[in-house]
Amino acid sequence: MSIASNRLTEKEYADNFSDIRPPFHEEEAALVEANRCIFCYDAPCTKSCPTGINVPKFIKQITSGNIRGSAHTIFVSNIFGGGCARVCPVEKLCEGACVYNLLHEKPIEIAKLQRYATEDAIQEKWKLFDRKPSTGKKVAIVGAGPAGLSCAHVLSREGIDVNLYEKESKGGGLMTFGIAAYKVTPEFCQEEIDFITSLGGIQLQYGHTLGQDVTLEDLRKNFDAVYLGIGVGVPNRLNIPGEELEGVVDAIDFIYDIRDKGYPQAAVGDRVAVIGMGMTAIDAATQAKRLGAREVTMVYRRSEAEKNCTQAELDIAMLDGCIMQWLASPVAIAGENGKVKALVCDAMKLGVPDFSGKPQPVRTGDTLTIEVDMVIKATGQQPFEKLVFDNNLNNTHGRIITARNSETSIKGVFAGGDCVNGGKEVVDAVQAGKDAAAAIIEYLENL
Amino acid sequence: MADISANFLGIKSPNPYWLASAPPTDKAYNVLRALEAGWGGVVWKTLGTQVKNVSSRYSAVNFNGTRVMGFNNIELISDRPMDINLKEIKEVLKEFPDRAMVVSLMADNTKESWRELIKQVEDTGAHGLELNFGCPHGMTERGMGAAVGQDPEIAKMVVEWVMETASIPVITKLTPNVHSVVPTGKAVVEAGTNGLSLINTIQSVTGIDLDTFVPNPFVAGKSVFGGYCGPAVKPIALKFLATISQDPTTRKVPVSGIGGISTWKDAVEFMLLGASNVQVCTAAMKYGFRIIEDLCEGLSNWMDEKKFQTIYDFIGRSVPALTHWEDLDINYHHVAQISQDKCIHCGLCYIACEDAAHQSISLSYGNPYNTYAIKQDECVGCNLCQLICPVTDCITMVEKRVSPEYVNWKEFQERQMPLNDH
Repeated sequence: MSIASNRLTEKEYADNFSDIRPPFHEEEAALVEANRCIFCYDAPCTKSCPTGINVPKFIKQITSGNIRGSAHTIFVSNIFGGGCARVCPVEKLCEGACVYNLLHEKPIEIAKLQRYATEDAIQEKWKLFDRKPSTGKKVAIVGAGPAGLSCAHVLSREGIDVNLYEKESKGGGLMTFGIAAYKVTPEFCQEEIDFITSLGGIQLQYGHTLGQDVTLEDLRKNFDAVYLGIGVGVPNRLNIPGEELEGVVDAIDFIYDIRDKGYPQAAVGDRVAVIGMGMTAIDAATQAKRLGAREVTMVYRRSEAEKNCTQAELDIAMLDGCIMQWLASPVAIAGENGKVKALVCDAMKLGVPDFSGKPQPVRTGDTLTIEVDMVIKATGQQPFEKLVFDNNLNNTHGRIITARNSETSIKGVFAGGDCVNGGKEVVDAVQAGKDAAAAIIEYLENL
Repeated sequence: MADISANFLGIKSPNPYWLASAPPTDKAYNVLRALEAGWGGVVWKTLGTQVKNVSSRYSAVNFNGTRVMGFNNIELISDRPMDINLKEIKEVLKEFPDRAMVVSLMADNTKESWRELIKQVEDTGAHGLELNFGCPHGMTERGMGAAVGQDPEIAKMVVEWVMETASIPVITKLTPNVHSVVPTGKAVVEAGTNGLSLINTIQSVTGIDLDTFVPNPFVAGKSVFGGYCGPAVKPIALKFLATISQDPTTRKVPVSGIGGISTWKDAVEFMLLGASNVQVCTAAMKYGFRIIEDLCEGLSNWMDEKKFQTIYDFIGRSVPALTHWEDLDINYHHVAQISQDKCIHCGLCYIACEDAAHQSISLSYGNPYNTYAIKQDECVGCNLCQLICPVTDCITMVEKRVSPEYVNWKEFQERQMPLNDH
């Protein structure tokens, strides 16, 4: 058997991709947890949230029976509060900072409560925000990911009309296409976008690629300001022999296919190697396993201590039965009849710290070969370098350089999210969108 | 092991816990279950002219996820026929001769009806009588219950009638729906009551349904004031009890303490303020009779730890520690101290002191954890931060006397000592 789709029954797919963090099913359960919160002042959880959600306040509002207020408290800081409740690495953010950790007690389940407080609001499209009267100002936003939509929501609230251009046929960016389906479903992502745009004043146009269907020049001409939330796109290459073989895929494409085509149609190998140890690598490895791969090996050139994913994420992969191959650096992909047959790695050991501060992996001289029929590359993504260069935006290796107010080297053109920071969490992109919106509002006032 | 048995006016029980006159004591079925579970005795639900109750009857106050922190009822006295009650009381006495059987009474307002009622009850062989001068709802409109207890003259008259007839100990139960329980307490002691019990329930409205706008409990779109009890009323009960223990007349008779007792610690507190035994109701209504086990075991273990052999070794022990404000020592001073090892950086002490007290806690910003410390020169020693801190012994109060000598407010004024200058 090699790469194949339809490996499992319908029930097996459903079980394997069910919600990994199920919500509170009963109000009572949510109340018990919410009542544990001690309502810290200048709360560490809030300070550890990139969007600064007032966590104690929204939890207190759950206990007082003010769910509407609770949802508003979350969304006013983070319009993706529903999605972030599902995908945020909370163990290193809000929950990781919860004071209960210092008592060696389980932290408050902030993400679960946040999901509880936002679920109905999103599904029923509660009208939690009013648009201010139109200012007559118009802003174009490129990219309907978390940065673009977050920026759009703040601007529209302030009475600014937004035209949002998205190259895909769905919005949400990596939230929709780049995250494991057991964390967040495509259906939820669509609901969340519908909820965000239900505010009004945001015209979302799919199938519009910057540089092809729309140009920055035209946008600058036709709008008062432009925001680029174009993300990152091009997966990093390994630059090793065999990378062109059939069976070598990018993690982002692999995850995209699962979400786009559905589980049965998503093909996976019998024995899979996943290269990388970030969040995307984990999402690829666990989903390969859950699609029916017999053996999944995660390959990382450093040791466990240097991993980029959180412990909670690693635990998911380990519980799914993924094998961890630490200290192995791929040097070649061996093939047979044009198809992947094995991944050849140099065995590594840790040396002195490199520029990243992590110990540099150095070759031991040994090699190891892992028999696989599929290789998933999850070693990060490159910015849209050509697009950035073609539009004469100041950049470093394709990452757009912005001033503190999110403005690029071109007047009236702002940027944020992964295309500026190189690739961070959804919650970071949401905050970037808010920051840019504030800067754009100020910019428009001074026009 | 400590001896936790009690002797209240000659009525003996293996422990000092009686079930108060209430729904759990209104028939043999419940009472037998209670005595099997180990309760020291019961006060049988008030007998009088048979009444009719309404539906619903109870409502409660919940707090931060804890249910029935306070409890409210609009039940009247026993709604069962007198002859059945009397028959069942006899049955219970036969089955559990070692337990206290006190019967609560509320007769119509004539000497004759009291005499008749007492006779009938004494014939059962019951050990004592408790006069219900406290019920705050339903019966008051008929000139009974709290209507008697709120007027010392009427209370005195009724007790005099009772004492003419009664041949077994009489306990008068006092209502807290007065500015002070002492006037009625004194009047009934002077009239000859053998003992007192307090408190009965406190008139209340526990809440309002925000959809129907009708206060609870709901009876066909209407409600009435009910009697409030449960853990929420304990501090009020303790205060009333203390005033009875302080008064030279009322302290001559034994007192049965009632009001929000849920644990052995609550019971000990009532006894420390002078109660010779205690009565429990709401806690049993919430959890059932099985709570008697820890009520007894906790009390016994505590007495062993404190080396008290009988409950009489500590009853009333805390009464002398309650004094007048004028006698407090103004030179006593203590200040808060935060243990940085124990602090979890929640900031609750800081914001409480900052917004509601004396701005005596400093905040050093940290991400994500701030550091908080006491500004000792600013701290007035109010305890607020210590009470609020979620970590036991993280904030402690450290004694820092202004000077060694005792100075009370009177002397303070006479000596023209300095007042605050800010």
